[in-house]
Amino acid sequence: MTADADAATPALEIHDLTVSYHRKPVLWGIDVAVAPGQLVGIIGPNGAGKSTLIKSCMGLLPVSGGWVKVFGKSLRDDPRRVGYVPQRESVDWDFPVSVLDVVLMGRYGRLGLGRRPGKADREAARACLDKVQLLPFANRQISNLSGGQQQRVFLARALAQEADLYFMDEPFAGVDAATEAAIIAVLRELRSAGKTILVVHHDLPTARQYFDRLLLLNMNVVAFGPTEEVFTAELLQKTYGGRLTLLSEVAQALGAGANAGGGERA
Amino acid sequence: MNREPASEVERVVPNAFERRDPTCTQRVGDNALHLFRYARPALCFLGLLAFTAAPLHAANVNDLAAGDDGFWAQAARFASLTDPSVRYALAGALLLGLSCGLLGGFIVVRKMALVGDALSHAVLPGVAAGFLWAGTKDPLAIFVGATIAGLLGTATVSAITATTRLKEDTALGLVLTSYFALGICLLTMIQRLPNGNQSGIGTFLFGQAAALGADDIQLMAIVTTAAVGVIIAGYKELLVTSFDPGFARASGLPVGLIHHTLMFLLAAAVVIALQAVGVVLVSAMLITPAAAAYLLTDRLHRLLLLAAAFGVMSGVVGAFGSFVGHGLPTGPLMVLAASAVFAGAFLFGPRHGVAARWWRQRCQRARTRRENALKAMFHLWEEDNFGPEGVALADFAQRRRCTLEEIGVIVRELARHDFVTLDREMVYFTPAGRLRAGEIVRNHRLWELYLTESANIAPDHVHDDAERIEHVLGEATVRALERRLNYAKLDPHGKIIPSPRELHRGEHDALERPAAGGREGDRS
Ligand SMILES: Nc1ncnc2c1ncn2[C@@H]1O[C@H](COP(=O)(O)OP(=O)(O)O)[C@@H](O)[C@H]1O
Ligand SMILES: [Mg+2]
Repeated sequence: MTADADAATPALEIHDLTVSYHRKPVLWGIDVAVAPGQLVGIIGPNGAGKSTLIKSCMGLLPVSGGWVKVFGKSLRDDPRRVGYVPQRESVDWDFPVSVLDVVLMGRYGRLGLGRRPGKADREAARACLDKVQLLPFANRQISNLSGGQQQRVFLARALAQEADLYFMDEPFAGVDAATEAAIIAVLRELRSAGKTILVVHHDLPTARQYFDRLLLLNMNVVAFGPTEEVFTAELLQKTYGGRLTLLSEVAQALGAGANAGGGERA
Repeated sequence: MNREPASEVERVVPNAFERRDPTCTQRVGDNALHLFRYARPALCFLGLLAFTAAPLHAANVNDLAAGDDGFWAQAARFASLTDPSVRYALAGALLLGLSCGLLGGFIVVRKMALVGDALSHAVLPGVAAGFLWAGTKDPLAIFVGATIAGLLGTATVSAITATTRLKEDTALGLVLTSYFALGICLLTMIQRLPNGNQSGIGTFLFGQAAALGADDIQLMAIVTTAAVGVIIAGYKELLVTSFDPGFARASGLPVGLIHHTLMFLLAAAVVIALQAVGVVLVSAMLITPAAAAYLLTDRLHRLLLLAAAFGVMSGVVGAFGSFVGHGLPTGPLMVLAASAVFAGAFLFGPRHGVAARWWRQRCQRARTRRENALKAMFHLWEEDNFGPEGVALADFAQRRRCTLEEIGVIVRELARHDFVTLDREMVYFTPAGRLRAGEIVRNHRLWELYLTESANIAPDHVHDDAERIEHVLGEATVRALERRLNYAKLDPHGKIIPSPRELHRGEHDALERPAAGGREGDRS
């Protein structure tokens, strides 16, 4: 019965969401419902409000209107169902912690106030580090990692949260090829385990390959639907507001997609 | 896999810089240890300076005024702990060093040092208000008044940043100065009052540990216990909210509550430290021990322990100095002691210290010099078709463009490292030397080839870059480069790239001439 109910209720439902900074609206009347088990890419130009959307879904920003439900409930009721990969620049990498300490932070939400992580949590954190191929670096201080490795540490921390719905803000930004491959493998594994994942992404050609659905965002939802329906020149142009460089990128992406039909990127 | 060359470079090059010559790292490690060993006496010496120099001078002044005991007699009195005021001062210094050091650790990693400063100045009107309310110097009244004023100050900062366009630094500056000005005015008014108990209030500006009483110590013990308890119980919450508050909130932790608890403890710690350290300098007891600790470790729990130890140390040194210095203000002495610790960490820290960095650079420069000499010798030997003869010292000097005396110095240094042997005018490779020289030449040529082939740089532009890279390429990177270049045998200038497998076949093989056959064939 619960399984049925779960399948019926969307993993994420955003209704008429409006968010402003200092009264200036950044997101307007967002309406989105994401079914469970999907890998969704959030695409839009810089300043479109992608990070803002993610943060307000997680309750990190005050909203000026509308609501967000996660598996039919307000996030406040059960924050454990949601995992988060923030933008890499959002923290100080000189902070005195080891890689394993950071991944262990993913367990803190489950532990609750005042309880210390135990052996089981440590094992879980190590397993998550192993999944992103960083176990050998577990005891390093986090500034001793490359950018791609730092991004994978954040991914491992989110895995340690064992959530059902994940929000990831630009996990592919500025990473090397090995990290990109490792991340996408983990995302696909999560999806086949029935998790729902929303990923902010900035690269159009790979967006087309990686995601089941795309959410084209620029202050409001330009389009949301299966990738092959939404990834059209017209909609992308609408999203990116006719900026020339981006348009040519879009054209190139469309061309590459047409003659390759998936597989490797150009 | 069809990877972009650019990403390959990114993957290859950063690794290259990670590697250091094993002998050199070992030496750095050893030396770091040595430095650390020297650092401790040095720290003690600096600390001694900090509290002997000033009191000695002060003792002279005091001798003139009151004809007092000498320094050593006073020191003995302090150490014997017979005087109750010494016991209180010492206990107070211990407690405040502990609480300020621990909380200061969080202040520093949260980048809230200025908040600590503003908070400590903002408590002054509360001190005055507490005094006025109780009519005497009642520790509890002053504690309550000061804590409320401090929290009010931080609330004012939040209100200003939330409602105006002003940023936090400006808001902190505003609050710090206005509260402090108000406090000074109130204190001056109190001192004019015809009240008999006002005398003690002046010590709040610069601190006087000798003025501490039993009830002050009680309050300090309570606050310190609370701080230690909260930090132990809530370590993980404090850690995650300091590192990544957004993530902490997303995982459902009460970030606001944790922040306010920390601010409350901070205000309380500042207030209990006031009487001993003084309003003006109390923030230094939060920041300086923690900053010194931050230079010495990169784990938060160790940072906290070190900061607490440094705080206690500076507190005790300050209390001692003030005692033997006859009423010299305690606060400045404690802060001087803490600053001496910081200076020690800054100069002699094993990893981030100036001395260690200087030593590492020196080590690297010396290694580069040796390797360049080995490389030149390899080139000479190569021009001799890898013949059995050694290299003449004069040719060597000519190649390095230096005098015989200068080359002699370098050759002797190489000999000390067992890379060459010197027989009158001839220099011969040892197996280890030939291996190292071959590696350097290989690194140079591989990198040149990589730059010309994969990065499309003209062959005459790659030499200078390779001159630098050759000394830092690691073995793993070399293998990756080789794979990428399909195990090429010739560099862009047509010279042979010594093969790593041949080079690493072992000492026994390296003693013999490298197999000439295959190589000559390639060369033609
Ligand atoms: N803390 C903030 N205060 C004020 N404006 C902000 C803040 N954060 C973001 N903005 C503004 O909101 C808009 C959306 O930002 P963001 O969600 O970060 O965009 P994206 O992630 O799509 O690049 C931008 O115009 C940005 O300038
Ligand atoms: Mg963003």
